[in-house]
Amino acid sequence: MDWLFFGEISLAGLAMGGLYALIALGFVIIYKATRVINFAIGEIMMFAAYLFLAFAGGMEMSPWIALPLAVIGGSILGGVIEKTIIRPMLGESPISVVMVTIGIASILVGLVEFVWTADPQLLPNFLPREPVFIGELYLAPKIAYGFLIGSALLIVYLLYFRFSRGGVALRATASDQAAAYSMGINVRRVFNMAWVFGSLAASLAGVLVAATGGLSPQFGIIGLSVLVVVIVGGLDSILGALVAGVFIGWLETVAGAYLGGEYRMPATFLVLAIILVIRPYGLFGTHEIERV
Amino acid sequence: MRIGDAKQSYEADEAIWTSQTQKLWLGFFLLILLVFPFVVDSYLLYLGCLVGIAVISTTGLNILTGFTGLISLGQAGFMGVGAYTVAWLSINTALPFPVTLVLAGLMAAAVGILVGLPSLRVKGLYLAIATLAASVFLHFIFAEWESVTGGMGGLSLEPAHLFGLTFQSDFMMYFIIVPLAVLMVAGARNVFRTRIGRAFIAIRDRDISAEILGINLLRYKLMSFALSSFYAGIAGGLFAYFYRVVTPESFPLSMSIFYLAAVIVGGMGNLLGGILGAAFMTLVPEALKLLTAALTPFYPNAPVFMSPMLEIIFGALIVGFLIFEPHGLAEIWHRIRRFFRLWPFRN
Repeated sequence: MDWLFFGEISLAGLAMGGLYALIALGFVIIYKATRVINFAIGEIMMFAAYLFLAFAGGMEMSPWIALPLAVIGGSILGGVIEKTIIRPMLGESPISVVMVTIGIASILVGLVEFVWTADPQLLPNFLPREPVFIGELYLAPKIAYGFLIGSALLIVYLLYFRFSRGGVALRATASDQAAAYSMGINVRRVFNMAWVFGSLAASLAGVLVAATGGLSPQFGIIGLSVLVVVIVGGLDSILGALVAGVFIGWLETVAGAYLGGEYRMPATFLVLAIILVIRPYGLFGTHEIERV
Repeated sequence: MRIGDAKQSYEADEAIWTSQTQKLWLGFFLLILLVFPFVVDSYLLYLGCLVGIAVISTTGLNILTGFTGLISLGQAGFMGVGAYTVAWLSINTALPFPVTLVLAGLMAAAVGILVGLPSLRVKGLYLAIATLAASVFLHFIFAEWESVTGGMGGLSLEPAHLFGLTFQSDFMMYFIIVPLAVLMVAGARNVFRTRIGRAFIAIRDRDISAEILGINLLRYKLMSFALSSFYAGIAGGLFAYFYRVVTPESFPLSMSIFYLAAVIVGGMGNLLGGILGAAFMTLVPEALKLLTAALTPFYPNAPVFMSPMLEIIFGALIVGFLIFEPHGLAEIWHRIRRFFRLWPFRN
């Protein structure tokens, strides 16, 4: 076994996993606050990445201006989706809400194809090009810097939700909506903020992932990998999203490198199936006790 | 509710036929189905076959999702199992097509039971994701188990044979697909008059109450999975005979979503809804194609926008129906009927 190769692959996988963790965090924020499983998260990422393409490529802005603009665009999209489509579905069965997000995903794919056609696109490169070495191990610069930017936002989020007023409101809403409401927390605003913050994380990750791997209307498939991450980690666990994100990213990359690209999805979904059977609520998720 | 329609026994309440008029209209509808292939052109015939297959599969998914409350993202995978079973059997054995179709249904039902097993421990969305995992594995098996499935190239099969007849044209296939669809919808209608079907509905409405009433949850959930995938398997088998090529890409995840959308647009937990939804969702893309063809002389790049428009319309239909018409087309149908029944007394 070639340990150097294994190390490099693992490193790339872990870095990719960091981005998965960031997307999964966005997913978990939305789920915690609103109990909505967001199948459209991959498409929100894709939308933000296309916005970046439009700002940086089409309008020739500096990427460092285009990046925040695209991320803000993605989070506005999340907020608008929540206000216009998810809010009226409040109280409907989870099946219906999931289907609504699938519908949104389809609409977003259509819109993107409408504006930017179905052809694959390359994002203008904005990350430094010098190769990165960690010890002996080479890491592609795009992945390395993507990981750094993603982790920075991840840490900001973790601190924000731990210490800020908004974070406390979010966690209070997650644990008991009625109690939070009677304590003067504006629950509806929390719902909206959760979608904005969740989409913001997804949007940044979307631009970073698209910068390494290219962009096409099929980009949203990545949402399936994120789904695996959050189920393995536990739908309502931020820690779970981080651990499972890094693990699934690593597993996917290693399986892809050693067994071939067609094994990437089955490998992660195998882990998913095992987790569903032995710990249905995920590694760190809350075990819900059903009361009649 | 009609006037003078007080029911006096449980049988009367459960009866499928409540009036002569109903029988008359249904007979009329069946007559149209019979005459249809003789009077329409080949394109409409092709659409008729497609709708027939979609009705079978949607009815199957409706049993699982609409009546038992178990959401499944694996319908396309189950159809694939049926299609590959038919393709493999017709290439490697000399079995006549009714046998291969039934075997396809049974094979899909067996896979469905396997996929349903996690429903012992997980439910709701977790179950949906378990079925998603199943569809990923099935796709992987279709693509990689080359000695049986022919890999990415897939399998091509001969047309169905029976009693010296060759079911090659759409015209001939129509007479397999549509009677089967009618039969299977009628079968589903009858299932919901039996203990099994009632148990499904009880599980959907409240699983814990159902369990307390003495319904073995795992058993009935697995039964629902089996029945639903049996329908999918038959639909997949017909799909194989209809196109006579089966590849892994014939059954993508988007197809599972398509059938879920058909169930929702039609009306969850309503067999008529499943039929309307399947027909509607199959015909919308075709209508859009016709519209595009009509617009092309005036806007030369209309075809470019067709595929994105289709995605948008598909999504908008799902979102729109769920928000504005959660009971689907079936509810619209009932509203229309009510209007005519009450006219002109209502206003």
